[in-house]
Amino acid sequence: MADLLFAAGALVLLICGAGLAALWRGEGDIDRMLAFQLLGSGAIAVLLLIAPAMSEPALLDAALLTALLAALAACAYRAALGGRTPPAPDAPERQP
Amino acid sequence: MSLVFDALAGLLVAGAALAAVTAAAPRAAVIAFMGYGVLLGLAWARLAAPDVALTEIAIGSGISGIVLLRAAAGLPAVPPAANRALAAAISVAVALGLAALVLALPEPAPSRAADAAAALPATGLGNPVTGVLLAFRALDTLLEKIVLLLALVGVWALARDPLWRGRPEPLFAGAAPAPSAFLARVLVPIGVLVGAYLLWAGADAPGGAFQSGATLAAMGLLALMAGLAPLPRADDRRLRLVLLAGPFGLLAAGFLGWATAGAFLAFPPGFEKPVIKIVEIAITASIALTLILVVLGPPAGEERP
Amino acid sequence: MSLLLDAVTLLLVSAGVLFFAAGTLGLLRLPDPLTRIHALTKADNVGLALIVLGLLPQAGSVMAGVKMIAVWALAQIASGAVSQVLAEAATLEAQIEATAREKRP
Repeated sequence: MADLLFAAGALVLLICGAGLAALWRGEGDIDRMLAFQLLGSGAIAVLLLIAPAMSEPALLDAALLTALLAALAACAYRAALGGRTPPAPDAPERQP
Repeated sequence: MSLVFDALAGLLVAGAALAAVTAAAPRAAVIAFMGYGVLLGLAWARLAAPDVALTEIAIGSGISGIVLLRAAAGLPAVPPAANRALAAAISVAVALGLAALVLALPEPAPSRAADAAAALPATGLGNPVTGVLLAFRALDTLLEKIVLLLALVGVWALARDPLWRGRPEPLFAGAAPAPSAFLARVLVPIGVLVGAYLLWAGADAPGGAFQSGATLAAMGLLALMAGLAPLPRADDRRLRLVLLAGPFGLLAAGFLGWATAGAFLAFPPGFEKPVIKIVEIAITASIALTLILVVLGPPAGEERP
Repeated sequence: MSLLLDAVTLLLVSAGVLFFAAGTLGLLRLPDPLTRIHALTKADNVGLALIVLGLLPQAGSVMAGVKMIAVWALAQIASGAVSQVLAEAATLEAQIEATAREKRP
């Protein structure tokens, strides 16, 4: 079973790696941030997969922390853009 | 099969490091660096070092991400070529030096791991890392806490004289938009719970004061980013008490050891675990607050909200 | 019994990995950031849910199983909110870029 779990983990890593490599060549930082979020989810999945394979339950805590901090990174990225907010797309046009 | 996994993980770590180093713009480099932190956490997990994995995830992709994104926001979009060449030369030199050191290590590496494991039952703890940090090498931990405090003093010393009692600059300009504020409101309570859990679990399982403190600091920074909490004033008495609780709590426990166990930083026999736990709580609070204040930077004004 | 449980694990984890692959494919092929965010958050969470479900029979203790579900629940909540945050950031970035292009004749 452990081998199968490692194989699944390796597949998830490969998928995340493909996402990283392709998105990295993309034009915007938002795409890079999406790749980072994909990597975060992938890392959670991998940690969950290898925790039973390595019989190391503490890796579940690492998965918990990854979920928490990947979300924090998204918040920090948005905050670093500055305080301007885009107008709501369905807001009525203001008449002069 | 685990070998294939490890090879893949190693390649991805190297790839992320390369992406961080070769990125043209500062912000792209920072995002790559955060991804590198997550992957490095995986690598530590595979090296059977879950304590380090927890620290790497909390510090490497969490707090460093905030620090570096903030720094990148203040940099020109394309740094001067001379700086890049200099940075490349320095990092290549550091990498080569580290590689040489690793190759020069004796084989097998000198280790006190067996001694630590053998003496662990005397502390009443189940996690050897916590045992080493708070019982066997408590003096190192005490000095680390003092160094952390000195780092904060150094940061505060950068404040201009008339302003040094006030609040620091906000982390990022402008108010947080609604989605970010919502995310912070959901995440901060969960994160504080996770931080407290890591401290509690640290006695017998991977985790402990530093991992917990780093998680709590990340949540504190998130709350500040989203405007959920006011920026702390440097002259707040309670804040300073929390800053001092860790180092002085450990110091007090150390002197207590003279009275009860006959040596500095020895814990009273029979009560090792409760005393270590109480000291760890104080240390965690100090670490979390010190990290937050170091990231926020020097006080910059009286009237900042 | 254990063979049956292992088969369940294998089936569900494979399905989960498949969803990860589908999400990544969407991320690579969809035309603009907003649709890519959609692909990422939807597929990742179903993938993670299937993997967690598949791993439950392998959990060493009830506590470990509960923790796995907690990890998934946190990822689920965070991912929904993160997609909103990133979508707002994407809108803002597009706007900044458009303004910059207007200024540059």
